[in-house]
Amino acid sequence: MSTTTQARTAGPVASPGSDEVRAMLRTSDVSRKRVNRVMKVLVHAAFATAMVPLLWLLYTVVVRGAARLSPYFLTVSMRGVFGGIDAGGVYHAMVGTVMITLIATVISVPIGLFTAIYLVEYGKGPLARALTFFVDVMTGIPSIVAGLFSFTLFSLFFGPGVRLGIAASVAVSVLMIPVVVRSCEEMLRLVPNELREAALALGVPRWLVIVKVVLRTSVAGITTGVLLAVARVIGETAPILITAGFADSINFNPFEGRMMTLPVFIYTQYRVGLVPCAPSDLACVPDVNVLRAWAAALTLIVIVVILNLLGRLVTRLFAPKLR
Amino acid sequence: MSQRIDVTDLNIYYGDFLAVEGVSMAIQPSSVTAFIGPSGCGKSTFLRTLNRMHEVIPGARVDGKVELEGVDLYGPDIDPVAVRRNVGMVFQRPNPFPTMSIRDNVLAGVKLNNKKIAKSEADELVESSLRGANLWNEVKDRLHKPGSGLSGGQQQRLCIARAIAVKPQVLLMDEPCSALDPISTLAIEDLIQQLKTSYTIVIVTHNMQQAARVSDKTAFFNIAGTGKPGRLIEMDDTATIFSAPQQKATEDYVSGRFG
Amino acid sequence: MTAERGFSRGFRWISTGSGILLLAILAAVAIFLVQQALPALTASSEDLVAQNVLPQGMTSLWQLILPLVFGTLVAALLALVIATPIAVGIALYISHYAPKRVSAAVGYLVDLLAAIPSVVYGLWGGATLAPVIRHVWTWLAETLSLLPGLEVRATATGRSIATAAVVLAVMILPIITAVSREVFKQTPRLHEEAALALGATEWEVIKTAVLPFGRSGVVSAAMLGLGRALGETMAVLMILSPGILVSFQIFDAGQQQTIAAFIASQFPEAAGLRVNVLIATGLALFVITMLINMAARWIVARRKDFSGAA
Repeated sequence: MSTTTQARTAGPVASPGSDEVRAMLRTSDVSRKRVNRVMKVLVHAAFATAMVPLLWLLYTVVVRGAARLSPYFLTVSMRGVFGGIDAGGVYHAMVGTVMITLIATVISVPIGLFTAIYLVEYGKGPLARALTFFVDVMTGIPSIVAGLFSFTLFSLFFGPGVRLGIAASVAVSVLMIPVVVRSCEEMLRLVPNELREAALALGVPRWLVIVKVVLRTSVAGITTGVLLAVARVIGETAPILITAGFADSINFNPFEGRMMTLPVFIYTQYRVGLVPCAPSDLACVPDVNVLRAWAAALTLIVIVVILNLLGRLVTRLFAPKLR
Repeated sequence: MSQRIDVTDLNIYYGDFLAVEGVSMAIQPSSVTAFIGPSGCGKSTFLRTLNRMHEVIPGARVDGKVELEGVDLYGPDIDPVAVRRNVGMVFQRPNPFPTMSIRDNVLAGVKLNNKKIAKSEADELVESSLRGANLWNEVKDRLHKPGSGLSGGQQQRLCIARAIAVKPQVLLMDEPCSALDPISTLAIEDLIQQLKTSYTIVIVTHNMQQAARVSDKTAFFNIAGTGKPGRLIEMDDTATIFSAPQQKATEDYVSGRFG
Repeated sequence: MTAERGFSRGFRWISTGSGILLLAILAAVAIFLVQQALPALTASSEDLVAQNVLPQGMTSLWQLILPLVFGTLVAALLALVIATPIAVGIALYISHYAPKRVSAAVGYLVDLLAAIPSVVYGLWGGATLAPVIRHVWTWLAETLSLLPGLEVRATATGRSIATAAVVLAVMILPIITAVSREVFKQTPRLHEEAALALGATEWEVIKTAVLPFGRSGVVSAAMLGLGRALGETMAVLMILSPGILVSFQIFDAGQQQTIAAFIASQFPEAAGLRVNVLIATGLALFVITMLINMAARWIVARRKDFSGAA
């Protein structure tokens, strides 16, 4: 190749004949072609590599989880279940998950939504700039740190060593608020300015414009954003582990006593691990704890997938066509 | 250095949609050929089939023949990468690589093929290419500054220098002046006149005065209506097209009665 | 603006108040952590030893925090090294190689990786991956030990920081991919066409036009991924068999531990000064993560300025 280049850089050459042209249009550096092909293979391989853990994980969770997942498993708690007893379920953990996540949502959505409204509708100047920056910072808070924060906060009022459902909700809220702000902000910004101006020009007061025009137009997107945020925090484990602890019984009261959630259930069952069984004890299942962990993992993944699908469905069905 | 192009019965499709139909023409070496016509008539699309750039769009295909010195560009053993190397292109908006210096921009194409080009050889090539593009005197003191710092007209000449640095046989220009001010436009038009001694030049333009000023031959493309394919209406010496065209449509267009 | 009355004014106050509340929460997080970490930071080494809050043989808080920070960084950096090239590859596949319809599906699959809760990753990593991948680590350790002066050990259980890092890599893959693919998609067509017209192959177009354009975006994407990996708890907690050493034996068990996993494993049984010690390590994690995230945002913001001016 270098000889051709030299010939070419040497200056104008006479117009070559047809055979030479054919050769020229065919010539392409073999090594360049090889690099091109290798990179193409690598890029495809990268994608394939990422699919291995995804499919492997989903396969394992479905196959191993299905072994124990049953209506019984979903409707009983772990009260009085110990050792290798072939019994027990996740009802108490589902109750805890729903309570803690629901309260966290009730705390996070108003704060997140109104902060987003402030940023989009009112925000100018130093406060808005600080908010934009610190919402990003808040997104990066490690979940365990959020748990530590909530724990210390509630220790102030209830004394050291407190374990409460509400404390877990607060910890989860710290993680959820920035996610809600981001997705609501994005949705509110999609509302065209002409709509706002049209309403303002009719003499509608600002707050009514926001409620009736801006929020009305973006309600589907906001709902989707909230559902996805819930899907994200419903799998949080570490902050709940250190704020609500773990429990074997059903507890409906977030202001009193420990509370179990599905992720913490998975963790604790996995931690207990295998149980030694006496050979004579036929009712004893040595790996019952691990099996329960897998079944709970399958339950959790199904919930997360349903939330994600719901989110997409809401947008598809109810989103107004802005563009 | 420059070569002729013969196009025979070329149809261009995007998927099922026939975009340009039945074009046949001969493009002479060492001359400037201009394509004119209303927007959407397929002249840019056609230009891109001359170096197989249209293939980037998924579903694009052609039938018919495009021959460079008698060699079909769409032949089974032809490499599109080699085609584009030999048929260079300059675009509507100047597009120097923003992360590269002026010097690296000029060498971008050469370095693809010859990574270990000697520094002296590279210096020589940068100078000759920039001189070829009438840009040397303006940038010789800031070769290591980013190309995006130049004015629009300078950037476009930098792109021309980049294109001629790989020593192509043909230079395609897709409305090269549409984003430039009148003075920069004039500079590019002067440059085209100089370049045609060494290259076959094909230029698409919206500006009929420009076609009249720079080209030796002019081809008029038209479209019968939305959804219909574009066609070559007439091609002749530029003087003839602008003074005594054969077709009524051509006359209407060049006299400004439509389009 | 001053003409606002009644509801309008109330509405503005509520919105502004929410914003201020958010900042107050963030400030509270920082203040509480510092305040609760102080007793541990100021405690004398006699107190620390007497109250038995440090692991055996340690006399100062830093002897605990330093190896923990080291372990956290090792796990996160290993994950980053594994995840970044793969993520860039997938991002290029989505933005430039895959047909349009396929690329949307691929994007969805990668997002699915992000939807899986970390505790499920931990369960899978500890129960399924570790017993399989240990064969790879054993082989790697044996091969590396052939080099003179190098002794690499591998655990037979697979519960090493290398396994944890692989799972962390899978977890941060979606973030890095998502950010990178957005930047790659924004590459101006003009620049890609310029490269093509110079006779560049598909890969050379990416090398000359796409990668230089997206470089800073990829860097900040990687840093966002790093921030996430630093704070990840469950995957490490459920996979790694921990130790508190500054050790480069990444295939062996009982060597390193990360801050987040350390807190989660010790907290349920902790009381008194021990809680303060754990919060002090949490504070260290908070600071490291904040710095990394801020740097990432800063790079993104600078990039916006750059492309806005061009």
